[in-house]
Amino acid sequence: MTAWTWPNITDRPVNWLNAQLRRLPVWALYAAGGAWPAILLYMGATGGLGVEPITALEHELGKSALNLLVFGLAITPLRRFFGLNLMRFRRAIGVIAFAYVGFHLLVWLVLDVQSPALIWADIVKRPYVTVGMAGFLLLSPLAATSNNWSVRRLGAAAWRRLHRLVYPAVLVAALHFMILVKGFPVEPLIYLAVIVVLLLLRLDRRAVAWRAGGLPRPR
Amino acid sequence: MAHRWINDLTAEDATPFSAYMNRRQIMAGLAGLGLGAIAAPAAALAPAGDLTPNSWEEITTYNNFYEFGTDKGDPARYADQLTTSPWSVTIDGMVDRPGAYDFATIMDRMTMEERIYRLRCVEAWSMVVPWNGFELADLLNLAGVQDGARFVAFETLNRPEEMPGLRSPILQWPYVEGLRLDEAMHPLTIMATGIYGKTIPNQNGAPMRLVVPWKYGYKSIKSVVRITLTDTQPPTSWNRYSSREYGFYSNVNPNVDHPRWSQAQERRIGGGLFSRKQPTLMFNGYEEEVAALYDGMDLAEYH
Repeated sequence: MTAWTWPNITDRPVNWLNAQLRRLPVWALYAAGGAWPAILLYMGATGGLGVEPITALEHELGKSALNLLVFGLAITPLRRFFGLNLMRFRRAIGVIAFAYVGFHLLVWLVLDVQSPALIWADIVKRPYVTVGMAGFLLLSPLAATSNNWSVRRLGAAAWRRLHRLVYPAVLVAALHFMILVKGFPVEPLIYLAVIVVLLLLRLDRRAVAWRAGGLPRPR
Repeated sequence: MAHRWINDLTAEDATPFSAYMNRRQIMAGLAGLGLGAIAAPAAALAPAGDLTPNSWEEITTYNNFYEFGTDKGDPARYADQLTTSPWSVTIDGMVDRPGAYDFATIMDRMTMEERIYRLRCVEAWSMVVPWNGFELADLLNLAGVQDGARFVAFETLNRPEEMPGLRSPILQWPYVEGLRLDEAMHPLTIMATGIYGKTIPNQNGAPMRLVVPWKYGYKSIKSVVRITLTDTQPPTSWNRYSSREYGFYSNVNPNVDHPRWSQAQERRIGGGLFSRKQPTLMFNGYEEEVAALYDGMDLAEYH
């Protein structure tokens, strides 16, 4: 009797998982990502989001976007530390996250604030709105260049440099969450902590590479 | 001292329990047909100051009671763990008859009334609630307010084993609030023990909570266990958290914004996804009754 082994294409569970993930088409992610706001909107219209659906919809979309941004940041560390390869899905995750940010902004403009005069007043006067808009602006060029044509056009190095804007953008998103709540609830602090750790993991690698002489000194 | 204030609408004008249940069923039926979104805007056209009470479901599932969690649904989810019997309220400080007043005894001595009040949350949403309760002045007189008392301090129950929110340091616990004595003795200020003629649910502050309709909702402290008469202004929870954002007075005032958001408008709960905002009224629509309390005061400074 021979001991059970992983199927022969693999020697580790994570490789088996990677093989399964290769079968998942990227369009499935876009389909699921597109369905979620539609489900939320339906729930909001039929009482599924409680008695105050406007704020609930706004918050659900905002938090879904933040979750995806954090997930996007986790993809590189997941590969580096666990060998889990989700690189194929990273663009879709980023694009869906940006779409959620857009819907979040749209719900705020159309259903929540309602008046164009108040919209501008809020952007200028309310720090959490100003910060939220800054996050949206930081993410916009990334969404616009999330296609193969832009990668070719910009060149891989410049494209990568541009897309490092996601680091400040995610920090800004966490800050946006933190400064709009009342009191000291723990949830925004957890988001901020996770994001800081995910960003530090990157700094760490660049610093180590620099000390080993492998990379130019980070500026 | 009871019955010093009469509702703009009488009890007969309040939607009876059976009628709003029917309305909800109609709305639920429309929602089932996918027409909820179409029906909602009609319901959202209520004028400012409208006094049609919100439904039982709206009043009892959308609550800020951080002792049970910060989500609006947390109080309804967790407050059933709260033991409200036996219950007593300690009334002390500058009173003639200090002591622990048993809730049942208080109920025997007080005159119950229905008060249909607007409730304006500092977060810029509002409701109309048909409270049942008694005037706070009557309770204070039961204990006998001494000359020289100028303020009333209130304290909420602090029982972490039944109130999961108390395990997080969201605010400094227990929750405390305060009023000037003349505000506390005002005919509009009540202690509520019921809603729609039924016993007040735990998530709304059972068995007894303050209601001060011209102030932001957080002044109306819930599940009160202590009332102290003093000659100095007592600390209040949100003011202690941020005095810039939350003043001692906290009168509803559309002209004085919260530093982080506008207070000029509010959203009445129950209007659905396409609810229109309505202008917020000075002193939440009770200007005629209470403006004199603040004669000559700078309401922006003493916000």
